[in-house]
Amino acid sequence: MNKYFWILGGFAALVVLLAVGLGLNPRDVPSPLVGKPAPAFTLPVLAAPDRSFGPKDMQGKVWLLNVWSSWCVSCRQEHPVLVQFAKNASVPLVGLNYKEVRGDAEFDMSKIPAAEEKRLAIGRANQWLGQHGNPYTLSVLDLDGRVGIDYGVYGVPETYVIDKAGTIRMKHTGPISPDVLAGKILPLLAELAK
Amino acid sequence: MISALKATPQRRGVLALWLLAVLFAFLPLRVALAADTAPPAADPVAEKRLLKLSEELRCLVCQNQNIADSHAELAEDLRREIRGMIQAGKSDKEIIDFMVARYGDFVLYRPPVKATTILLWAGPLLLMVFGMVALIRYLRQRNLRVVDDAPLSDADAQRAEALLNEAKNP
Repeated sequence: MNKYFWILGGFAALVVLLAVGLGLNPRDVPSPLVGKPAPAFTLPVLAAPDRSFGPKDMQGKVWLLNVWSSWCVSCRQEHPVLVQFAKNASVPLVGLNYKEVRGDAEFDMSKIPAAEEKRLAIGRANQWLGQHGNPYTLSVLDLDGRVGIDYGVYGVPETYVIDKAGTIRMKHTGPISPDVLAGKILPLLAELAK
Repeated sequence: MISALKATPQRRGVLALWLLAVLFAFLPLRVALAADTAPPAADPVAEKRLLKLSEELRCLVCQNQNIADSHAELAEDLRREIRGMIQAGKSDKEIIDFMVARYGDFVLYRPPVKATTILLWAGPLLLMVFGMVALIRYLRQRNLRVVDDAPLSDADAQRAEALLNEAKNP
């Protein structure tokens, strides 16, 4: 009886371990950027492409950086949450438009010159925001995804909470659900606003 | 395809022509794609380094592939990034550090030994030690049991011998 108890116990322990492992989200990779300064960038603003924006412009403010694109299906899912958030938001929400043209498999980049890519990106991004609503204080264009690499972007949409000192305090990968917003982001924003 | 098998010889000829036409229609595309992804042959040493480095790095989009294997866009971007850093004369360590700073230890197929990864490294060893101990204990118990068995009584031993002899010379 004792022997069977040990075998069963070991098996049960293994089952528990595997069950916990299966329950984890493999996409939820802890970002090494949390607690580090938000990487600097200078990118053209979508609404006024001759102007540029960078994280240093937000010094002293708590703000959100949301990575989006018109080809990103999950972005459509989280978009209403962002639009709702922006209606009574206490903090600026900056959009990082990620690889608007070259991220879309529809385009053959060898046939699109650089100037044309920017023009196309602006047109597509604006059209999408016109269609689904624009929750962003402003959006910037990361045409080649270079800034995305600096932020460790690997699955759009992603959202970063950045504090007054310019430090990344939280990263959320994947669409923001109302639960994530109410349960994680809003409490953090309230704490950072102090 | 079943109807094609039943087709007359002429029809088969037409089908073959069609297949050839389709094949040739795709041929230029394939060549073009290969040209796109082909490494610049100018610096084979750098390409070898790129391959070695990207085999060490996990693609975060398709998590069970490395950056060398993956066709995900992010993997392509990262290969481009590594190539740029190699051209800029960065060391392997600098390139790996660049990736870890952005994507964390998860990007490494051989994560460093740390408090958070100790179970990963020591787990298999622990399991093996546990298994060995269990096996040794089991074997010892079995040996004890064999030794402990009551020896045959004289009568039984004689009977067994008789049976064995009988079997040998029937």
